[in-house]
Amino acid sequence: MKTGKKRVLSILQNGLLAIYAIFALFPLVWMLILSFKSDTEMFTTTFVFHPTLSNYTEVLMNSDYFRYMLDSLIVSGGAVLISVLAGVPAAYALARYDFKKKEDIAFQILSFKFAPEILVVLPLFMIYQKLGLYDTYFGLIWVYQLISMPLLIWVVRGYFEDISVEIEHAAQVDGYSWYQIFFKMLLPLIKPGLVSAALLAFIFAWNSFTFPLMLGGINVQPITVAVTKYLGTDTAHYGQLAVAATVSALPAIIFALCIQKHLVRGLSFGAVKG
Amino acid sequence: MAKKNATDKVSCNMNALPLKTRMRPYLIVAPALIITIGIMIPFAMAIYFSLTNYSFRMPTYKFVWFENWIKILKSEDFWRALWVTLRYAFWSTLVEMVLGMGVAMLLNKLNNAFSKILRVVLIFPLMIAPITATIVWQLMLNSSVGIVEKFLNVFGVYNFPWAASPDTAMLTVVMIDVWVNTAFVMLLVLAGLQSLPKSPFESAKIDGGSAWFNFKNLTLPMLKPSLYIALLFRLMAALQEYAIIFGLTKGGPGDTLMNLSLTAHLTGFKFQKFGYALPYILVLWVIVNITAKQIVKRQRAAQKQASGLES
Repeated sequence: MKTGKKRVLSILQNGLLAIYAIFALFPLVWMLILSFKSDTEMFTTTFVFHPTLSNYTEVLMNSDYFRYMLDSLIVSGGAVLISVLAGVPAAYALARYDFKKKEDIAFQILSFKFAPEILVVLPLFMIYQKLGLYDTYFGLIWVYQLISMPLLIWVVRGYFEDISVEIEHAAQVDGYSWYQIFFKMLLPLIKPGLVSAALLAFIFAWNSFTFPLMLGGINVQPITVAVTKYLGTDTAHYGQLAVAATVSALPAIIFALCIQKHLVRGLSFGAVKG
Repeated sequence: MAKKNATDKVSCNMNALPLKTRMRPYLIVAPALIITIGIMIPFAMAIYFSLTNYSFRMPTYKFVWFENWIKILKSEDFWRALWVTLRYAFWSTLVEMVLGMGVAMLLNKLNNAFSKILRVVLIFPLMIAPITATIVWQLMLNSSVGIVEKFLNVFGVYNFPWAASPDTAMLTVVMIDVWVNTAFVMLLVLAGLQSLPKSPFESAKIDGGSAWFNFKNLTLPMLKPSLYIALLFRLMAALQEYAIIFGLTKGGPGDTLMNLSLTAHLTGFKFQKFGYALPYILVLWVIVNITAKQIVKRQRAAQKQASGLES
C-alpha cells in the first residue's frame, strides 16, 4: 500500500517537472523547427515537412548578419576586457585590504547594476552626441561597464576571499614580491572563477538591448538590436526570423554550458555560493 | 570565517603604516570606480535637466523648476505608467518565485537522471537575450505560424488574442518574463537546498516532525537568504523591464503596457521632450532604491537567523 502511494507520488512529481520542461524548452524546439521550414511550407505544415537550409543561407550569406554579430563581439568582448583589467585589482583590494568606506565603495559599485538603464541612457545620449561617442564602439564599451563591472568585481572578490591569507603570508616570508604573489599564486587559484565571471559578463553584455538600441546607430549595431529588424513587418519571413534568433542565442547558450558549475555564484553576484 | 581572519591580519596596524601604503587600496580600486562613475555623471545631469524644458529640437533651454514634475504628477499618463510598472513587477516576480521554488524542490527531491538533465537544459531560456525571447514567443503565438493556436483549437479555443488585446497583453508579457527568468530563481533555490546542513533534519526525524513542520521550521528559514537574493534581483529587473515589452508590443495595444521605462523613452526620444521625460524615470529610480534597501535589510536578518539554526 505504502509503496503504491509512493509510486503515484513519484509519477506525479515527474509529470509536473515534465510539464514545466515542455513550457521551458518547447519554444526553443519550435524556433529550430521553423528555422528549417521553407516559406512555402510555413503555413501549411506543423511537424512533418521538408527541412531546408535556405533560411540559413539567406540570413547568413545574403544579409549583414555577420557584421552585427561582429559588432556584438567587439562591444561585449571589449567591455569584458576592460572590466577584467580594472575590476580584478579592485576585487582584490576589496577582498584583502581593510580601509575606510570599503563597504560603501563595494555597494556603490553594486548599485550600478540596479540603476534604471533608461535613466543613464537619456542624459548619456546628450553627452555622447557632444563628445562624438554616439554610435561608436568605444561609447558602447564604456556604457557596458555598468553591466560587466559590478558583476566581475563582486564575483571575483568572493573568490579572492575564499583563498586563505596564510598562503600569501607564507609566500611573503619566502621573499616573493607582491606581483609574483598576485600573478603566480593568486591568479591561477581564482582562474576558474575569473573565467566564469568573465564569460557570464560577456553573456550579459551580448544580451543587452537598451544600451545599444539608444546609444548605437548605423555604424555600431549589435545583434540584439539588429534582430528587431526582422520583427513586426507585414512581410515577415518567419523562417529567417527563427534563424536570426537561433544564431544570436547560440553563443550565450554555449558559454553558459561551459560555466555551469559557477553559474549560481555568478548570477547572484557571489551572494549564493552554489 | 576565512574572510574575517584575512582582513584582521592585514589591517592589524593600518594607521601605523606610511601614507603610501595606506593609500594603496584606494589607488587599486580607483580605475574601476572612475570608469563606472564617469558613466554615472548622467545621474546628476538627469536631476538637473528634469528641472528644465530641454528638448533635442530646440537650441536653447531654460530652467523651469518643478513645472515638469507638477505636470507629470497631475497627468494620467504617469499614474497609468506607474500602475503598469507595479503590476508587471508584482505578477512576474510572484509567479517566478513560486514556480522557481517549486521546480527546484522537485529537482532536488527526485534526483534521478531526468532531473539531472533538466538541471542543465532548463537554464537555456535564462541565457537568451530577453529581446530574442520575445521573438521565440512570437513564433509560438503568431496566429498563422504559431503552434499555440493549433494547440488551443483542440480545446475549442479559437483566436486567443494574446498581445493584440488590452485584456490579455499583460498576461502575455508576464508569461514571457516568467519563461525567461524562472530558471534564475530555480538555480538559486536549488543551490540553497543542496547546501542545507544535514544534522538539524536528522534530529527533526528523531523528533518525528511532519514534512510540513520540517519545511516551515527548518527548510524555509534556512532558504530565506537565497530567496531574498532571488527576490532582489528579479524585482529590480522587473520594475525596469524594457526589452520584453518593447519587443512584443512597443507598449501597446494603445498604451496598455506603457510602463515608466517605456514612457520615459518615448517621451524623450520620439517626442524629444527631454526634460519632461526625466521625472518618470527618476521616480522609478527612487522606487527601485527604496525597495532594494528594504530587501537587503531583510536578507541580512534572515542570514543571521539561518546561521543560528544551523548550529
